[in-house]
Amino acid sequence: MTIIGTSVPRKEAPNKVTGRARYTDDINVPGTLNAVIVPANKAHAKIVSMETEAAKNVPGVKAVITGQDVSVLCGDVTEDRPPLARDKVRYSGEPVALVVARDEMAAHRAASLVKVHWQDLPVVNTIRDALRDNAPLVHEKNGEYAVATPPVYPKKRSNIADEANVTKGDADQGMKNSDVKVHVRVSLPQIDHAAMEPRIAKAEILADGRVLLHASTQAPFEVQKLIAKYFKLNPGQVIVTAPLVGGAFGGKAAVQLEILAYLASKAVGGQMVRIVNAREGDMSTSPLGMGLEAEVTLGATRDGHLQAAQMRFYMDIGAYTDSAPRIARAIAAQCTGPYRIANVHTDVFCVYTNHTYTTAFRGFGHMPMTFAIERAMDELAHTLHMDPLDLREMNAIRPNDVTPTKARLTRSNLGDLPQCIEKMRPLIDWNGGKVQSVGAHRVRVQGVAAFWKTSSSPPNAVSGALVTMNSDGSVNLSTGAVEFGPGTKTTAAQILAEKLRIPLDRVYVHEDVNTQVDPEHWKTVASLSTYMVGRAVVDAANDLIGQLKSLAAAVLRCSPDDLDYGEEKIFVRDDPSISIKFSDLALGYKYKEGDSIGGQLMGRGRFIIRHLNLLDEETGHGRPGPAWTVGIQAVEVEYDEETHQYRILKAATVLDAGRVINPAVAAGQVMGGMNMGLGVASREGVHYDAQGQFLNQQFRSYKVMRMGEQPQQYLVEFVENPQLDSPFGARPIGEHAVLAIGAALANALSRAADVSLNTLPITPEQIWRERGARL
Amino acid sequence: MKSLTRPEQISFNVNGEPRDVVIYPGETLLYTLRGDALGLTGAKPGCENGDCGACTVLVNEIPVKSCMVLTPEVEDQAITTVEGLQNAPIQQAFLDHNAFQCGYCTSGFLMVGHALSQDVDNGSPERTVEWLRSNICRCTGYQEIYDAVSSVAHPNG
Repeated sequence: MTIIGTSVPRKEAPNKVTGRARYTDDINVPGTLNAVIVPANKAHAKIVSMETEAAKNVPGVKAVITGQDVSVLCGDVTEDRPPLARDKVRYSGEPVALVVARDEMAAHRAASLVKVHWQDLPVVNTIRDALRDNAPLVHEKNGEYAVATPPVYPKKRSNIADEANVTKGDADQGMKNSDVKVHVRVSLPQIDHAAMEPRIAKAEILADGRVLLHASTQAPFEVQKLIAKYFKLNPGQVIVTAPLVGGAFGGKAAVQLEILAYLASKAVGGQMVRIVNAREGDMSTSPLGMGLEAEVTLGATRDGHLQAAQMRFYMDIGAYTDSAPRIARAIAAQCTGPYRIANVHTDVFCVYTNHTYTTAFRGFGHMPMTFAIERAMDELAHTLHMDPLDLREMNAIRPNDVTPTKARLTRSNLGDLPQCIEKMRPLIDWNGGKVQSVGAHRVRVQGVAAFWKTSSSPPNAVSGALVTMNSDGSVNLSTGAVEFGPGTKTTAAQILAEKLRIPLDRVYVHEDVNTQVDPEHWKTVASLSTYMVGRAVVDAANDLIGQLKSLAAAVLRCSPDDLDYGEEKIFVRDDPSISIKFSDLALGYKYKEGDSIGGQLMGRGRFIIRHLNLLDEETGHGRPGPAWTVGIQAVEVEYDEETHQYRILKAATVLDAGRVINPAVAAGQVMGGMNMGLGVASREGVHYDAQGQFLNQQFRSYKVMRMGEQPQQYLVEFVENPQLDSPFGARPIGEHAVLAIGAALANALSRAADVSLNTLPITPEQIWRERGARL
Repeated sequence: MKSLTRPEQISFNVNGEPRDVVIYPGETLLYTLRGDALGLTGAKPGCENGDCGACTVLVNEIPVKSCMVLTPEVEDQAITTVEGLQNAPIQQAFLDHNAFQCGYCTSGFLMVGHALSQDVDNGSPERTVEWLRSNICRCTGYQEIYDAVSSVAHPNG
């Protein structure tokens, strides 16, 4: 078969170009009530009292809920977040009340009438504010909260929600042994996922006690578990449906609106209630991607061999921890980037601020982390007068090396960075990073940066697949992975078709995820679906083939070992003329006389991730993921020395994909990643005013890339060194193109503008400022 | 002058069919289209203030953001939504160029692209870029969308 490695269209593609693809808000039951959040307009203030009478009196209003009505605390790791603020608010936009009404207009009108009497508290508006002696505390109870998923090490009476460290070798000695040291400080603002579909959840509590939730989520099984836990329900009672999702980028792995929808439904006797974010709320109320300040010191020999790295990362996690401790560990574990460094010491701090809370963002912390290490690598190349690409190739991490957490690397679990670099040289026409004049005040320059990433998934993450046969021998595929754009379902279908040796159009995928009928899949995150779902699909395919052979053996009066399959038939290997069609076995085999054996054939497949562990508290040693995807990215920019404006001419990525399952979809995923990474680096960032108010909650002020601003040319190539334990050798590639492209841009522009550009976003004004206003 | 607060019946043409719907005068066209009476959910709410273009439909062949139009403003006008495209070249172009991932912005881009494809004589790369700047896609690199729209908006280069 040739389904693997073929550019097949997404299964749902025809629906997406006809308006027939249905997302959560496209499927509504008549009579559904609407809930609207009342957001705090203070970043840090005590709630002295609230007046809800006027809101309750608006015609059509069914209920007004406040933090006083809800005692549960939520959190992925540390349970520090009330679904509705109690006693005080910790960020502007935080939900303080929920209005449930017959229609959205009444709910909005009522929400505007909820009055809160505040007592202002000093605002923790920066990481520096948060770490000052006697800083105001975002959480007075830091260190006392229940911990849902250890480890987490909060520091009491401080704004440090967690700390993760990694030590390998002797970093101090390594620095002493270094001829050259470079020190870089970077500063990155919080960013928004900006999925085009705003977050939405709907909940209904049936009379029989079952809770039906419909949500735009990457983690329906997590929603199920958390709702059951917080509200003392049996998990089986909670049924979560996730239809097509309109973009996610990590932001829909967090569980927030689902909890509010449940509370709202509960308040109105279990009726279906819908809660949907307006764009402004999707940015300021629902979680963002973290901000980061980091210091990186690299030590190297005169000829460029890295000796030591010392790093401190301070994450602006905002007001609540959510997944920040897990992101902190991911940063610690991969802190060196894809380089061999014998001596490493890294500290990562999760810092509470009065900013919107944060969650996973495409790359799970690796994008900001990569920016820090890759800026330092370019500074080192500059100091050593070395070609930046040569420096990276010389220090590239290789099989038999160990990661900062002492995980052993092999040809299977590590992609080949030197091979990627060799392919990048001709692809971008690499000129060593020279600044070339192309006219009055105009220069062209290239920049490069490398990345690596593993999944940082829990050591017990599971996936499953269920394959049932239809009467004609075609199959239905059910998995728990959500479809939000990368073609997850199509990839799973390709793997199944290849294994069963049937055409792709004979595989029907169950598009929505329903936690009651689809096998559990941990979360659709971490670029792991091809690996995890794929393994489960292979397992299910093998199970089904075994069943087909076993039933065929009885009919054909031979041993299953004598049988092979192809063209939707089971046949005797040494005499294929003796055969039976899949369709004659699918629902059991019927003999001439009418009596039958078998029953419906259905393949079951499962997978659990193996050999991972949590990082050791003292040393940070451990194994955070099954494999590390590596790659190199480059840009070519034209920069105007007078206005500091620039144009991205080329953006290129070469990554080790292991095996490309769907070339067109993979290339699209990589181009999209580059576009997002370049947007983040060049224009994105949340702005807070002096009172901690979120200033740019709309796309007219929070700028994302638009048509015509993308690079004039995208260049994408793959190398293919298989990951042996993954279906067909495929490595994770979903997030990765976002990781280093921003650093490549900063590296190019720093050389073009002759100033270190270590603060994002790099706008022309920012370059002008960094140059000290010199022209 | 009709009432400003009570429901009113208005008529317009949607995807080639005359339709009568009862609306509140304060309804946006996006709200009316997606409501139970018409059920045309292809137009998507993305920002509801005109920034993202996911709700773009055609009013008399011109792309407009349906979140920025009140339904009474389009009384007796001709509306085309993505559901009204029947094997339009722009749809095949989007399939051929893999011009979408999650698909949420796709309807809006299709409508802008379709409008451009109806006016090839005035087509140019510059116009294609300018018109498509009204819409946001967060998944793709835009190149795929540009290529798809260009193939129908200015097929000769």
